[in-house]
Amino acid sequence: MALLQIAEPGEAQAPHEHRLAAGIDLGTTNSLVASVRSGTSQTLPDNDGHHLLPSVISYSEEGILVGRQAQKRATTDPLNTISSIKRLMGRGIADVMSLGEQLPWQFADSEASVPRIKTRAGDVSPVEVSAEILKCLNKRAEDSLGGELSGVVITVPAYFDDAQRQATKDAAKLAGLHVYRLLNEPTAAAIAYGLDEGVDGVHAIFDLGGGTFDISVLRLTRGVFEVMATGGDSALGGDDFDHVIAGWIMQQAGISNDADPMIQRRLMHAARHAKEALTEADSTTVVMQLADDSNWQGELDVETLNTLIDPLIRKTITACRRTLRDAEIDIEEIEDVVMVGGSTRVPRVREKVGDFFKREPLVSIDPDSVVAIGAAQQANQLAGNNPDGEMLLLDVNPLSLGLETMGGLVEKVIPRNTTIPVARAQEFTTFKDGQTAMAIHVVQGEREMVDDCRSLARFELRDIPPMVAGAARIRVTFNVDADGLLSVEAMEETSGTKASVDIKPSYGLSDNEIADMLTSSIAHAEEDRDLRRLREQQVDAYRVIEALQAALAVDGDQLLSADERAGIDAHLNSVIESAKQDDVGAIENAIKQLESGCEFYVERRMNAGIREAMAGHTVSEFESSEDDSK
Amino acid sequence: MAAGKVLQSDLPLPMLDLSKNYFELFGLPAEYQVEIPALRDRYRELQGAVHPDRYATGSDEEKRKALQAAAYVNEGFDTLKNPLLRAQYLLSLHSINMELREETTKDAAFLMQQLEMREELEALRHTGEGLDSVGEFMDRVSGMIKALVSRISVDFETPSKENLDDARETVRKMQFLNKLYAEAQAVEAQLEEEFG
Repeated sequence: MALLQIAEPGEAQAPHEHRLAAGIDLGTTNSLVASVRSGTSQTLPDNDGHHLLPSVISYSEEGILVGRQAQKRATTDPLNTISSIKRLMGRGIADVMSLGEQLPWQFADSEASVPRIKTRAGDVSPVEVSAEILKCLNKRAEDSLGGELSGVVITVPAYFDDAQRQATKDAAKLAGLHVYRLLNEPTAAAIAYGLDEGVDGVHAIFDLGGGTFDISVLRLTRGVFEVMATGGDSALGGDDFDHVIAGWIMQQAGISNDADPMIQRRLMHAARHAKEALTEADSTTVVMQLADDSNWQGELDVETLNTLIDPLIRKTITACRRTLRDAEIDIEEIEDVVMVGGSTRVPRVREKVGDFFKREPLVSIDPDSVVAIGAAQQANQLAGNNPDGEMLLLDVNPLSLGLETMGGLVEKVIPRNTTIPVARAQEFTTFKDGQTAMAIHVVQGEREMVDDCRSLARFELRDIPPMVAGAARIRVTFNVDADGLLSVEAMEETSGTKASVDIKPSYGLSDNEIADMLTSSIAHAEEDRDLRRLREQQVDAYRVIEALQAALAVDGDQLLSADERAGIDAHLNSVIESAKQDDVGAIENAIKQLESGCEFYVERRMNAGIREAMAGHTVSEFESSEDDSK
Repeated sequence: MAAGKVLQSDLPLPMLDLSKNYFELFGLPAEYQVEIPALRDRYRELQGAVHPDRYATGSDEEKRKALQAAAYVNEGFDTLKNPLLRAQYLLSLHSINMELREETTKDAAFLMQQLEMREELEALRHTGEGLDSVGEFMDRVSGMIKALVSRISVDFETPSKENLDDARETVRKMQFLNKLYAEAQAVEAQLEEEFG
């Protein structure tokens, strides 16, 4: 039920024109793009018929290579070939170092908090690398769908924190994509699965990918997907299985820890190969070419593999237990457990998950493509192509958000598993007489001490009027939007002193950095930038005009008095007139005027929408209710 | 949507006006007893109307309003479904505004028990086998919270001054237990990192 039905610019007569939209699964190991065509959501192949795009970028002498071509260069040009970049998204340099010594690239020494990898094309950040993958998928989608995408849904692990989500959104911006929504991967899988099967009830989605692990418990009721709790580990996945197997090979073959990048690549390759072979066989022969070109050969059997990976699987089970408790759900209440992500192909994972949930996990859907398929369905609905669609996703924030208080303790403001969007305020006070400034430190995590949580941002509230200790009332409001992104606002209530920040610092890119990247990436584009801005502004204006006219046609007469209507029409006409001219500022201004002039109308429409949703119910239906099931 | 057997004008008008209370927003009587499945149904309907995803292609103004409305509906839902928050909220509608930081129970036996439970939790923190025990500990705390919920229910059935005072005292205790539960969760998180 879009409030204002909007048509494609230039297609004013066809308000229900199909908009091209896609779902993107930006994975650690592989990425996919999917779209709804003729009512069915399907992943889109490249020219060679491959659906999976390996998430690998190679900065070669001839230019940037993506996917299979890049993958081929992994062992021959390891320093310029980057894989599993998702593990570095939104991470600081210190985090990256702690991920392990297996990373074969060289990092630039830099003042910035974001790690930059040295390549022959210069130093690149994880956001830029991810943007290359997104650009490639965008092109694939535009080629197969035959037009520019109006928007995309990009999936992220449910357990991604704020910095990791922001980094993903930055990458999309850099790739020139309009993001309708960041969608949690297990929720995307649930859409694909739920809409297929149409089963109401409580479901668990166990999603073990290349580098991330999520567990989500959600309730499906007539098209509404309500996430009850989510848990996981944003640095745990099939890559870790490979690492422990690689460790075993090193030990068996007598390879030292400081082996060069090429040997490390071979090790990872051999490890992955062995892991994959053992999904079918009980034992496999591992062959490893050593530095002196001699070959080492050994046998790895399933029992040894299981011993190696059991500690990692145990971590996933612990997270499942915790998530069930957060959801206040007993194992018996769960209808089924859906397995998502390539790493759920490992038999030991299925066995352990089955043991824990006391039922055979569902593996009927291709675990690689299910996330992209669900994302495409959501994108299609958000684009307005499915106006009667009842589907609604109610997701949660995966990690508690809090503030540092005295003694390095964390005061939680929004606990984990709170349904988003959410706005919540907390009051603080000064602890010294005459204190005029207060530092605010925002953290994310479950631990009690600030040092054990992830630092998201610091900012300072100044100009607090001097008062005795404890007299000031500082109200800090956290807002988390539907993408799970946080913004914070602080105000001293007795004086009205205000400070507000968008959270994108500690490990994110600054707005300037993004702007620089954007400018450098469009520098080669031929369009005159001013002309482009004008075009965009005109398109915006037409969009607003269309939308408003459509809305007025539906309920303008019911909701507006003649005077009010005349006022809106006047604003509308000035937008129409300005859009014919080529003054960008004037158009912008006219749109602004119109939007503020229509504010009350928008509000009335929304209220009418709620009323409609509530129609058919009365208070008396509930007056006799006796029991409190909570 | 159910059949329209009721005239529109008879319906409560849930407004986005932040001064309307949550019971009104959800079309429920202002009572402590809340039928959770019904609350849940109302919640889904409201979100179906205001959620930002319904305005993905809308103007910035619509998106902003939708975000605000959805956050308000979420807050209302969280308040009404949570026994402690609901009690506190209902007390505020009876003009008893609890400044939670300043509220504390004087029940010595209860406080003593809290002290002991805290020590018990501290002990669990330092053992590797503590993970399961922390789970059991949390189950025990939940059980105690449930008992307090029943007591509050009875108080609100007859909201006399005496009963409201008792509800207030019970909320104070519940506050302790909720905090203890949150601390147990933090200990659990720590143990998971160390031994998980």
